[in-house]
Amino acid sequence: MGVYSARGNGDGLPVSAFSLYSYLSLSGLGLVLLYMLLTGSGEQFNVGEFLLTISPHMWSLLGIALCVGLSVGGAAWGIFITGASLVGGGVHAPRIVTKNLISIIFCEVVAIYGLIMAIVFTAKLEDVKDANVTSSEMYYKGFALFWAGLTTGLCNLVCGVSVGITGSSAALADSQDGQLFVKVLVIEIFGSIVGLFGLIVGLLVSGKV
Amino acid sequence: MEALFYNADDGYLEGIVRGYRSSILTNSAYINLTQCETLEDVKLQLSASDYGPILQNEPHMSTSMLSQKCTDKMVQEFEYIRAHAVAPLQQFLDYMTYAYMIDNVILLITGTLHERDTRELLDRCHPLGVFDSMPALCVATNVAELYNSVLVETPLAPYFKDCLSAEDLDEMNIEIIRNTLYKAYLEDFFSFSQTFGGPTAEIMAELLQFEADRRSLNITINSFGTELTKDDRAKLFPHIGRLYPEGNLKLAKADDVDQVKATCDVFLEYRQFFDSMSGATKTLEDRFFEYEVHLNKKSFQQQFHYAIFYSFLKLKEQEIRNIVWISECISQGQKERINNYIPIF
Repeated sequence: MGVYSARGNGDGLPVSAFSLYSYLSLSGLGLVLLYMLLTGSGEQFNVGEFLLTISPHMWSLLGIALCVGLSVGGAAWGIFITGASLVGGGVHAPRIVTKNLISIIFCEVVAIYGLIMAIVFTAKLEDVKDANVTSSEMYYKGFALFWAGLTTGLCNLVCGVSVGITGSSAALADSQDGQLFVKVLVIEIFGSIVGLFGLIVGLLVSGKV
Repeated sequence: MEALFYNADDGYLEGIVRGYRSSILTNSAYINLTQCETLEDVKLQLSASDYGPILQNEPHMSTSMLSQKCTDKMVQEFEYIRAHAVAPLQQFLDYMTYAYMIDNVILLITGTLHERDTRELLDRCHPLGVFDSMPALCVATNVAELYNSVLVETPLAPYFKDCLSAEDLDEMNIEIIRNTLYKAYLEDFFSFSQTFGGPTAEIMAELLQFEADRRSLNITINSFGTELTKDDRAKLFPHIGRLYPEGNLKLAKADDVDQVKATCDVFLEYRQFFDSMSGATKTLEDRFFEYEVHLNKKSFQQQFHYAIFYSFLKLKEQEIRNIVWISECISQGQKERINNYIPIF
């Protein structure tokens, strides 16, 4: 957070305001908890029951949303990191621009992983009658889709960032010395494989549904 | 972590600067330049480089014109970067220009002292350090006046707080003012660059610490045999750098170059500056420049930090010094000293 924390220190406001808000909300939450506990209604604060009252449909749809949302976020992040360097480096060495579009495509692939997984998950959704919705199979289905989606989403997020940073280095290295492009690209490919791991685990977790 | 956010604001400019860096003359270009017989040959050699277009329409080649044109080119590149920079980088770039401002202020005061023509002086000022009220500097006769009338509105104002006590503007005082200003500037820039954290802080620390040590060493060596007392000398040393504090203390007490050498012996990198001083063709100044180039080259090996903007300007300055040195040697027929330039890449 080097650059950004520096901005915070510069005028002193954002960092201290952030910690102030977090302290306030934490102590507020603590007050409510203590109040409930001391007035004899502490068992109302029941995490397990709260989780069970959420409909399995909600869980699976949340999973799908996180899967595609985080993946697209990672891809977009990577593309902007690569893109900014690519545009800058391309001013002096225009030859790198077409070649380095491959880095952008690598980032884009991450979003496509997320999209494919979201489609796979959606295929597992079905309309369930009210009587069956709280059965244990339905819960399992909801939780499995949720965590499979979250796994895929987070993996793709970090994968996109990783490919983006490597891609930016690849663009700048290529603009200095054309021979370096392939070498950095190999590293970039290794980075992009990380996203596939999330995809596989996501498929396995949701496969039993 | 800076890799995550750096490119949002500064990625484009980093790419641009790296592009500029790759157009810095290489060693083989210098070898070709040193083979030249006339300045026209120099122009021909430079035509393949980035300097080609700006020299193309110049009918008469002279060293001063060459230096002027090359500086213009550098300033043009720097201004392009500055025009595209946003918040923290913009301030960082501004900090870099303060050094030139200090030089300009001192140049104008010295010129006025020697009753030179104002316009001629203004022409000789470095374009990166120009500020609006600069011509008014020529009328000042003492430091307080200088400060109150002109400098209080410039970014240099805070640096003047240590030298307002100086009464008259004579040769000695001007030199003291220059060094006090530079000391305050370096310390300020250092603490500013440290607020960024990460690689920016790390690399800028190395660069600025060397700059500070170089100044301390130069002040010490130049003050031998002058009226400057040892106490006053100690006040001019910047409070950053690897020599600070115990090295500076030793420098303050030094009476000759051997003691300076003993102080530097502790540091592996600084030891070489004084090695085999006698008989070698390189001066101490050249060795400093060489080490500075080495440090600046190193900063290009990391990504996502601000120090490359600083390093780029320093390398470009060194390149201009090299070109001017080579063409000066050619035009004055001193071919045997032509190889004393400092190769960059």
